[in-house]
Amino acid sequence: MISTCGDFLPACPLSVLELRARLLKVVRDFFSERGYLEVETPVLSHDVSVDAHLEPFVTQWMPEDASDTGSETLYLQTSPEFAMKRLLAAGAKAIYQVARAFRNGESGRLHNPEFTIVEWYRVGATYHQQMDEVEALIRRILGNKWGGFPRLSYREAFLRHIGLDPFASDMAALRTAITVRGLSHAWQASADEDKDTLLNLLLAELVEPRLGQESPEFLYDYPVSQAALARTRPDNPEVAERFELYIRGVEICNGYGELTDARELRERVCRQNTLRVKARRRALPESSRLLAAMEAGLPACSGVALGFDRLVMIAAGASSLREVMPFPHELA
Amino acid sequence: MGIVTTSDFRKGIKVEIDGQPYLMLECEFVKPGKGQAIYRTKLRNLLTGAIIDRTYKSGDSVQSADVREGDATYLYRDKSGYVFMDTETYEQYHLTAEQIGEPAKFLKEEMPVRMVYWNNTPITVTLPYHVVLKVTYTEPAVRGNTAGNVMKPATLETGATIQVPAFVQVGDLVRVDTRTGEYIERANQ
Repeated sequence: MISTCGDFLPACPLSVLELRARLLKVVRDFFSERGYLEVETPVLSHDVSVDAHLEPFVTQWMPEDASDTGSETLYLQTSPEFAMKRLLAAGAKAIYQVARAFRNGESGRLHNPEFTIVEWYRVGATYHQQMDEVEALIRRILGNKWGGFPRLSYREAFLRHIGLDPFASDMAALRTAITVRGLSHAWQASADEDKDTLLNLLLAELVEPRLGQESPEFLYDYPVSQAALARTRPDNPEVAERFELYIRGVEICNGYGELTDARELRERVCRQNTLRVKARRRALPESSRLLAAMEAGLPACSGVALGFDRLVMIAAGASSLREVMPFPHELA
Repeated sequence: MGIVTTSDFRKGIKVEIDGQPYLMLECEFVKPGKGQAIYRTKLRNLLTGAIIDRTYKSGDSVQSADVREGDATYLYRDKSGYVFMDTETYEQYHLTAEQIGEPAKFLKEEMPVRMVYWNNTPITVTLPYHVVLKVTYTEPAVRGNTAGNVMKPATLETGATIQVPAFVQVGDLVRVDTRTGEYIERANQ
């Protein structure tokens, strides 16, 4: 595209690569000490996460002797979630991996279309136990310099930072909050708009920037409409067992008490596909080998996906992923 | 004009908001958790120079602004303001000091400029970033105080007053940055 003399040079200094390598070793030591098995799963798969707001890279399998353009569709993984859960259904107890993940269209200060995920699962663990695991890992990487990491529920966070209950408020109340806060320019009524769209906007503009300022902070118990693949809390059908960790306003990881109910998965995938079609995105395959694994029986488990690049960014005192990646999107 | 959706948002595009033309200065992609992407933008009003923040959801759209630029020459100043000539059409246009902003004080007759049109009406001009102007008045340097870091006011041939180093004298040519109004160097031939 662009050709200049210095165009081959990396975006970050080589010293950052040393930091990356050192932190990667810390991560591997951490999980190995805790009895997790390191695994590798395909980056290219027939299956793909079906999410209203995640766009995969799509490619075609071409047999070597094929005269046609290939008829088998393959997806670059948006996370290694499906394959790792298949391993759990096959009997693995505690597994982790450092994987490349791909998300189409995502590029910015905190996003790169290709990035590194550290993802792990433990059978029998609860999502609160996984928050403990995250906390221990973060202390190992960034230093043991804080008291306990506060855990703030999604409801408490909205009450504290916006003064409204995200579950009790209807769309009109959320729209009012958006207008009152001078964010109305961000809101244009559109066909695909739902309550989650408005909650998401309020979260991004008014809650997230305030999370994890004093010390890393967990946000947990998301609305069940934003469950993704987290299970519904057995004692509260309004919320899903999902959490994220924030450090100075930056989301670092996403964890679930995992959904194990195959029928529920089928329904959620169908719902996400409907949202995708409404937003004029391509529909994605609804059946998958994960579904087959869950039908065969996925044991109760909890898992976390952590953005390794963002963690390196924070460890390096940087404010953009471009400062800690040798060849970000624009230079790849 | 057309519609610009968030996927086309980037630095440098011109859009219309509340009936006014804006230049996008920054566009940040934000995506919280599993939610919809959001674009945080910073925009400059091309009429007033005011800078505003706007946030858009992925898929939102705005009107694109019909803004173009063309070569023009500054002719002279009269009671109503500054007169320019489009160098292609030879059409003459008036702009007020407010429309041009601070850099107006560096306009010199015959100076080439870029005229900015919105819906084919001139709204402002952009001066060359660096211009060379003659010093018409400045106090002589105090003896022994001619080190480069001591500044004094100087009046230029266009009437503008800027800060120059003490060694600059009346009749010197100086290079000025029209964006910041700062002295760059002496430019005597």
